[in-house]
Amino acid sequence: MEKKAVLTGVHFMSGDVACAEGAIAAGCRFFAGYPITPATEIAEHMAVRMPKVGGIYIQMEDEIASIAAVIGASYAGLKAMTATSGPGFSLMQENIGLAVMTEAPCVIVDVMRGGPSTGQPTLPGQQDVMQAKWGSHGDYEIIALAPSSVQEMFDLTVEAFNLAEMYRVPTLLMADEVVAHMWERVVIPPVEEIKVVNRKKPNVPPGKYLPFGPDDDLVPPMACFGEGYRFHATGLTHDEYGYPRTQDSDVQMRLVKRLCDKIRRNADKIIRVEEVLLDDADVVVIAYGIVARAALSAVRKAREKGIKAGLLRLITLWPFPDKHVAEAAERAKAMVVPEMNCGQMVREVERAAKITPVYHLPKLGEEPHTPMEIFQAIRRYS
Amino acid sequence: MPMTWEVPSQAGAKPKAEIHIIKDQCKGCGFCIYYCPRKVLGESDEINARGAHPPKVVNESECILCSLCTAICPDFAIFVKEKQCKDGC
Amino acid sequence: MTEVVKHPLAKYLRAAMMPHIWCPGCGNGIILNAFARALDELPLDLDKLVVVSGIGCIGRAAGYINVDSFHTTHGRPIAFATGVKLAKPDLEVVVISGDGDLFAIGGNHFIHAARRNIGIKVICANNFNYGMTGGQVGPTTPLEALTTTTPYGNIEHPFNLVHLAAASGATYVARWTTFHVRMLTMSIKKMLQRKGFSFIEVLSQCPEIYGRHNNMRTGLEIMEWFRRASVIANFSDPARAEITRDRIVVGEFVEMEKPTYEQLLHAKMAQIAEGEGA
Repeated sequence: MEKKAVLTGVHFMSGDVACAEGAIAAGCRFFAGYPITPATEIAEHMAVRMPKVGGIYIQMEDEIASIAAVIGASYAGLKAMTATSGPGFSLMQENIGLAVMTEAPCVIVDVMRGGPSTGQPTLPGQQDVMQAKWGSHGDYEIIALAPSSVQEMFDLTVEAFNLAEMYRVPTLLMADEVVAHMWERVVIPPVEEIKVVNRKKPNVPPGKYLPFGPDDDLVPPMACFGEGYRFHATGLTHDEYGYPRTQDSDVQMRLVKRLCDKIRRNADKIIRVEEVLLDDADVVVIAYGIVARAALSAVRKAREKGIKAGLLRLITLWPFPDKHVAEAAERAKAMVVPEMNCGQMVREVERAAKITPVYHLPKLGEEPHTPMEIFQAIRRYS
Repeated sequence: MPMTWEVPSQAGAKPKAEIHIIKDQCKGCGFCIYYCPRKVLGESDEINARGAHPPKVVNESECILCSLCTAICPDFAIFVKEKQCKDGC
Repeated sequence: MTEVVKHPLAKYLRAAMMPHIWCPGCGNGIILNAFARALDELPLDLDKLVVVSGIGCIGRAAGYINVDSFHTTHGRPIAFATGVKLAKPDLEVVVISGDGDLFAIGGNHFIHAARRNIGIKVICANNFNYGMTGGQVGPTTPLEALTTTTPYGNIEHPFNLVHLAAASGATYVARWTTFHVRMLTMSIKKMLQRKGFSFIEVLSQCPEIYGRHNNMRTGLEIMEWFRRASVIANFSDPARAEITRDRIVVGEFVEMEKPTYEQLLHAKMAQIAEGEGA
């Protein structure tokens, strides 16, 4: 990778720009997108930077075309990305399913805004987090990350690319309008210090290659177009050769189960959380995205006031950090889940927390929760 | 490489043809039989693995190797080749 | 003389996937045949050919051709192909799909790819209906035709695909029928040797469904319609290239040179690199 691709140094930049720079640092060399508030700046920054680093930028005619082109570029061998918001994310669902089914590594950024429908284009929301897991039809598992800072917009984009390549799965970056538009200090490390993972390539000759024959980690090595493997890939249920086998129940069971197990069985390696003051916490706040910033303030304030509060920040939304939530729930008296929606991740928390009481703190509209609002909830339930 | 019909034929001289019919691939559409300019083919009475009547050669010496049957068959069930002969066949 | 011998084009087909699923008399097999013949007659590096298809009977073609291939979601092969072509411009990317996939759900992607003059080659099997799902009306179904969703006769005017392609900016536009096997192969060869967005519409018979509903019960009857009604009018006005019971205008309509998307992109990137002092 050319040195000038990675802007090593200390910067003051917005989340959208940091995300684009993270992608470039991870090796992304294809971006196809469509303008949509509040993700447009990612596309605009990519339009400037991609040609400079020898990558491709194209503005497609709609979001469906964008994600289709991203999958095509991925299959042609490039690390590829698109960025959108709620309405575009909805449009992309069918092809996200195609990426899952054909195991195409790619990154999709959803900068969440007020929904549903056209909603509040310029204001934040966290209303798409369930859609991240269940948005496309059929049974599947997917990886979704939630950045809480501009630094994480850079770091988690790099991680998203690495996860996508490692597990041959579309990886989602579920940002929100605040994290995307705010400006903060970002440290971009030197190239050598940025961990970049590339997809496994086949180590057998063309005659012996099974495009969907998995290794022990349940991930098949990936040949790309033009490498002489002459393989077939389809969104139809297929066997290890990639050939459609739509009438075969065994093939369907094996394939769908493997696509799910690929993520489930590797969940421990994928999931990341941040735990603050959790060991002796009576009241655990579980938050993600911009809300986690206010939650951290609230937890610290509560400790000052003598309340044993702790924060479990979800960095990985999917696969859901069941074990971390369950462990924290066992020691806690109550869990508080502030979200900018009417109750989405709280359902997962309730499921994992089992009998520990879980309290939802919804907030919709222009502002994320204030630290005071979360502190008052902590106090109420402590 | 010139196509068969692009090479002017010598008057009276017909190439010797080998007509290969892959019987079980035929679905009985009838295009080869109907469109052969020399009526070389006809429908056979036998029934293949698909329940169709594959073509049979009824007039092999008339075949001029135009290869229309080869090109118009949807099922890759028929093709013609020039017979490789050494002196008088 | 009958023998069980290997067909000369068999090497272009995936043996494990044959025989194909298409109905007796279906034109898709002829399109596959013509395509394989074109590959046979050209000195192409088949490791650099990618076939992308959409959903529909003709969409199965990608599985049958022995090259890198991808079968996308409905309507999206052209968008997918755009990503492939831009990522690896030295790949030859061919989209083989149907009238509904390319022009109903996929219509938007078609016109934009044509507008960009991106070097994707598109073959459209036009069988006047949605065959795979049982014979519903499509954007090329003739007026008054019977389909399962126009049981009283179609009241929608069909697209003129060559006119649409030409108007959108395609730099090679041709229409043939499955009867015109030689010209079809010729056009495919031409398409594979040129740059820029290229489009071939192939009228293809669907005897089991479209034909059966519309008084042409066999492949032969539809083929006879193609033969009797076709008129070759090369470089005539595509806007007047009608398809009716008595007249099917076929031929090559557009063949021109215009900077392709890849050429413009390459030039722009060279400019940018120079500006950077690279």
